[in-house]
Amino acid sequence: MTRLNLWLCLGLVVAAILSVAAGKVWVPLDAWSSADPRSLIIVELRLPRTVLALTVGAALGFSGAVMQGYLRNPLADPGLFGVSAGAAFGAVCALFFGYAAQAWLLPGFALAGAGATMAMLALIAGRSGSLIMFTLAGMILTSIAGSLTALAISLAPTPFVASEIVTWLMGALTDRSWDDVLVAAPLMALGAVILARTAAALDALTLGEVAARSMGVDPRRLQLAVVAGIALLVGASVAAAGVIGFVGLMVPHLVRPLAGHRPSAILLPSALAGALLLTVADTLVRVLPTVAELRLGIAMSMLGGPFFLYLLVAMRRRLA
Amino acid sequence: MNVLAVHDVTLTLGGRRVLDKVEATFAPGRVSALLGPNGAGKSSLLACLAALRRPDAGRVTLDGEDVDAIDPQARARRIGLLPQGHDVHWNVDVATLVALGRLPWRGRWSETEADRAAVARALAATDMAPLAARGVEHLSGGERARALLARVLAGEPEWLLADEPLASLDPRHQMEVGARLRDVAAGGRGVVLVVHDLNMAARLADDIVLLRDGRVVAHGPAADVLTPALVEETYGLPVEIGRTPDGATFILPRG
Repeated sequence: MTRLNLWLCLGLVVAAILSVAAGKVWVPLDAWSSADPRSLIIVELRLPRTVLALTVGAALGFSGAVMQGYLRNPLADPGLFGVSAGAAFGAVCALFFGYAAQAWLLPGFALAGAGATMAMLALIAGRSGSLIMFTLAGMILTSIAGSLTALAISLAPTPFVASEIVTWLMGALTDRSWDDVLVAAPLMALGAVILARTAAALDALTLGEVAARSMGVDPRRLQLAVVAGIALLVGASVAAAGVIGFVGLMVPHLVRPLAGHRPSAILLPSALAGALLLTVADTLVRVLPTVAELRLGIAMSMLGGPFFLYLLVAMRRRLA
Repeated sequence: MNVLAVHDVTLTLGGRRVLDKVEATFAPGRVSALLGPNGAGKSSLLACLAALRRPDAGRVTLDGEDVDAIDPQARARRIGLLPQGHDVHWNVDVATLVALGRLPWRGRWSETEADRAAVARALAATDMAPLAARGVEHLSGGERARALLARVLAGEPEWLLADEPLASLDPRHQMEVGARLRDVAAGGRGVVLVVHDLNMAARLADDIVLLRDGRVVAHGPAADVLTPALVEETYGLPVEIGRTPDGATFILPRG
């Protein structure tokens, strides 16, 4: 394990402890024992929330690193294939029809949305195997899912449902339970295993597709693995936390100067840094003195937008 | 004898027959050049040799075995391809770039002593060892070409296939990369190149396959193939072929 990964792990331990302790009520760690009534806050509220921040952050950072390596584009984002938007639309359907009362239904709908988007992507672009077709099909599916989501908001049966949908779309880890962890974590683990196996192929792609094929990479199999892995990781993330953008875009950039540019070298650090970033951000939104808690998705966009702009300016300077 | 051979290969792309019953044999220890006008089928033939394209009819064999039938990773260890262009998508350093050539040999995670030794040999063979820590974006065109050649050499394949390895290089760098390719063949490996420049082909190649419209016009030792009659038949252009005082062949178009 490299020094960078060790530091990130250390940071994660500190961030996780802070995340468990911090909030509207500060719970010191000595209240952990079951004799203290505050242990209920820790076990039932803070712990699942912290675990979700860690796993969702890791999933988004990891899939961002894979996506950028696969598309050989530093501006690629894991949402590019349309999974986020599809999963979000699935969840919006659950809210629209009032199914969200049962714990498992909303994430279930989100996952169904992610799966349906992937199936359509495979139908539209799967045969060609071309990256451009895939990216374009993903963008089109994103915009279709986006417009259907807008339609759902405008046709919402009651203003309460509309506001519920809008709030959910902003992405957050408020009031999550162990049920959410149980839905998301196994799928994320499966996705992570699938994507980890693409590491060598992503390295080979550094030299372009022809060279990669001559080195024994099967582009169809790689595409299938990348799409399935991203769908599992991002679909499960959206199911658990709503849409949280920019983590997958930012984290690989932050990691690259420290870990080098080889695609496989940034996979693990990106997962760790994504987990760290989201856990710290989720702790901050809880302790900020705002009237209502700032939504995590909004907080990340507030960070991500300017970061994206900075990237573009830096790129323009390099090209000039 | 690791002979790479093409038997009666036909390939159709987009309704056009790009290779038509091509027969050719390539011997190790020699530099062979695929030569011909644009659209003659040179790159397609190279792609068939590398098993990147499967012929519609005919066979490509290595040591008598169909290249398509060899497991892709095992094939990657035996046949190294240097594709056209000098694409490197991330700003990795030269040592990392060259180490990518070991991917066909690598287990899933770690690098072995043999990997490191092969990378060191490839860096030395291309004179890139002093630049090993430099980022690819900070190399000149010639250095980048040498680094990419080192990447293929690091895999220590029996066969090196290169698609226009000299394109977009200035004459000095062409000579430099050409000399490395000759060294590879001198070391006992087989080298097959797609070349555009007749003079470079005359200078580098032991054997030449002259192609036109997907058919083999001539195949044999360079001196037998590069005759005014055959070159004119292939390119539709009269040429003058002469020798410099030190014995090098030169080819001049007559217009």
